[in-house]
Amino acid sequence: MSRPNPPAPSSGQGFWEKFAKLDRRIIFGFIFLALALPLFFTIRQPIPVSPEGKAYYQAIENLPAGSKVLLSFDFDPPSSPELQPMAEATFKQLFTKNCKLVVIGLWPQGPQQAERALASALRDPQFSDKKLEYGVNYANLGFMAGDEVVIQKMNSDIPSTFPSDYKGNATSSLPIMQGVKNYKNFDFIINFSSGFVGTREWVQFCVDRSGAKMIAGNTAVQAPENYPYYRSGQLKGLLAGMKGAAEYETVSNQPGKGLTFMGSQSVAHLIVMLFVILGNIAYFVSGRKR
Amino acid sequence: MPDMVSITIAGFLTLGIMSFVYKDNPIYKLCESVFIGVSAGYWFVSIFYQSMLPQLTDKIGLTGELTDSALAYYRQTGRLASGQWFNLIAAGLGIMMLLRLLPKIGWISRWPLAFVIGSIAGLRLIGELQTNIMKQVKESILPLWAPQYIDGSLNLGSSIGHSLTNFVLVVGILTGVIYFFFSKEHKGVFGGAAKVGIWFLMVTFGAAFGLTVMSRMSLLIGRIDFLLRDWLHWLG
Amino acid sequence: MRREIPLFITSVVGLIFIVRFFIPHEPFFSLENVSASWIQVIKAFAIWLGILNLLKVSLDKIYKKEKGWGYSGIIIFSFLAISVAGFFFPLWESRSSDDSYIEHARKFQYPGTSFDWFYSYVYAPLSSTMFATLAFFIASASFRAFRARSFQATLLLLAGFVVMLGSVPIGNVLFAWLPQGWQVSNIADWVRNYPQVAGQRAIQIGIALGIISTSLRLILGIERAHLGGEG
Repeated sequence: MSRPNPPAPSSGQGFWEKFAKLDRRIIFGFIFLALALPLFFTIRQPIPVSPEGKAYYQAIENLPAGSKVLLSFDFDPPSSPELQPMAEATFKQLFTKNCKLVVIGLWPQGPQQAERALASALRDPQFSDKKLEYGVNYANLGFMAGDEVVIQKMNSDIPSTFPSDYKGNATSSLPIMQGVKNYKNFDFIINFSSGFVGTREWVQFCVDRSGAKMIAGNTAVQAPENYPYYRSGQLKGLLAGMKGAAEYETVSNQPGKGLTFMGSQSVAHLIVMLFVILGNIAYFVSGRKR
Repeated sequence: MPDMVSITIAGFLTLGIMSFVYKDNPIYKLCESVFIGVSAGYWFVSIFYQSMLPQLTDKIGLTGELTDSALAYYRQTGRLASGQWFNLIAAGLGIMMLLRLLPKIGWISRWPLAFVIGSIAGLRLIGELQTNIMKQVKESILPLWAPQYIDGSLNLGSSIGHSLTNFVLVVGILTGVIYFFFSKEHKGVFGGAAKVGIWFLMVTFGAAFGLTVMSRMSLLIGRIDFLLRDWLHWLG
Repeated sequence: MRREIPLFITSVVGLIFIVRFFIPHEPFFSLENVSASWIQVIKAFAIWLGILNLLKVSLDKIYKKEKGWGYSGIIIFSFLAISVAGFFFPLWESRSSDDSYIEHARKFQYPGTSFDWFYSYVYAPLSSTMFATLAFFIASASFRAFRARSFQATLLLLAGFVVMLGSVPIGNVLFAWLPQGWQVSNIADWVRNYPQVAGQRAIQIGIALGIISTSLRLILGIERAHLGGEG
């Protein structure tokens, strides 16, 4: 993984030729400062909300009160700066609508990340008088190995696919799982994912086979491959990366880390663009001199 | 363990990994080795409790229909429920998979592997056809003139906008697919269409690059926030 | 027989999953469910196989005292530390007297357990930071390698810039002089939803055709690479 630094420029070279060979650790320093310094200031910028972000929020808002929702957490800690804020805000919007939530994970870290998001949402004072109870209002069925085979099997038998929950209780003993056999017993499906297995597999083996309605929150790296599904209506809404989290927090009026980090994100993007432009100037100027 | 001690450990591990950006060093290698070992252990334990134990001990019946947990049943009756043996075949196949570690009898692992490969092939053949070809092609057949009406009268500006958008989508998909057809030489009209396809693919890759930069920066913002806020308490 | 039986299994299981799509009734319904249950267990053991292989390689390195064997020792030690926390610590961590050992052990990831401590303060920071350092390298690589040498490269660069600017609020602030509806964020939304989708669909159709042909070859037994070379 480690690349040697380029050879030091000789004194006979011009400024741009030397600049083209800039030590990468200087670039690293600029990036660190670009991300760290804005965190010390409260920067409030208007966040433009994309059509797919609005659609995500509206899809949940249009759910009848008391709907049963299946949430799949398919990500690990590295993706949590992007997906955790989305998940927390989603839980809050769903609890506001008195929805019943069943959480599963196709990545082993997913259910643990879900527990953290649930704990954060439940700490919100607006839900303290709702007396939300595990097993009645929400449940976490934990992780199951098998990737797309798990998604496919849930088309026919969810209790058999997840025989016990996160705590080891039999799934069939949970009140929220009474009468639940397959996807048709859920009103809506929400997927948070950052790779394989993720949204693509959920669309293939759940949405297209059972006709379920689904929205997704993705990392910005994964989002481009799922835009075709949003455009074709297979996904009813899509949040992409930290910007998606900030959009969702804006439109649902639940400020969180997504909005807090957008200042750093803005500066970082400008710094990267500046370096690319300067790199191109150095390339063309030193190219002309040769 | 007190919170601050735990967070300090996490902070030092974070800095240990970040030290690699200065240069490769023994502290980074130590943290990397800890990461590999802890990752392996995490998956090892999680898979056992969350996948193997439920699938092998909690189910009753030939097709897994549940009436009670096998553990509760065993505690009550002192024996395994009927039909549990069916799941033991799965355990046998799993152990055959582990025999891959022994070179002399590693060939036995081909049997359970064949199950997995067969399932993926069967699922993907239909899944890709249905989701990524038929549905996507259907949604790509769009009218090149898409009139928009407001209160019964044609809105020309909006109609031109929608039509151009549809045109971009149809031309982009068609020329992109033409580019990937390498059985015919890219010459003449065909070559021209492939060239237009490359332009659309460049826009796709450019957008992917922009989103990738956003994603990577987000990850680093999370870590810096942890260091400055949770560990050093320099942020409010 | 070492190759024929696995080929037969691949074909039969593949066909079960295909036929079940068209005939969702018995016996294919039950056959698919049973196959899927078995495959869930096999995949769990396959993950264990990878982990045990890692331990085997590390132990080999320590035994032969190869270069860097100390780090292999750290891998083994870290693995054992978290495994002990997950498998054995439930013995000591408080539990209600009604719970059997197994019932209590299955709450191994509860907040407050030793396993959860490893996850929160060792695994999560290490894995997050590993991926976070990519931000530094993507910036450095962009500076060195991203050159507008041709029309196509310039198109890529411009699309990247539009999406990067449109994804952050400062883009609209810097280009506030653009008319309403033509802001950078609107242009970025349009690029992501239309030309980008066109290219992605073309790529996905190409990939899907490749996957379908490979799946067909696997089910028909023409593709045998998954069986390995010997025996």
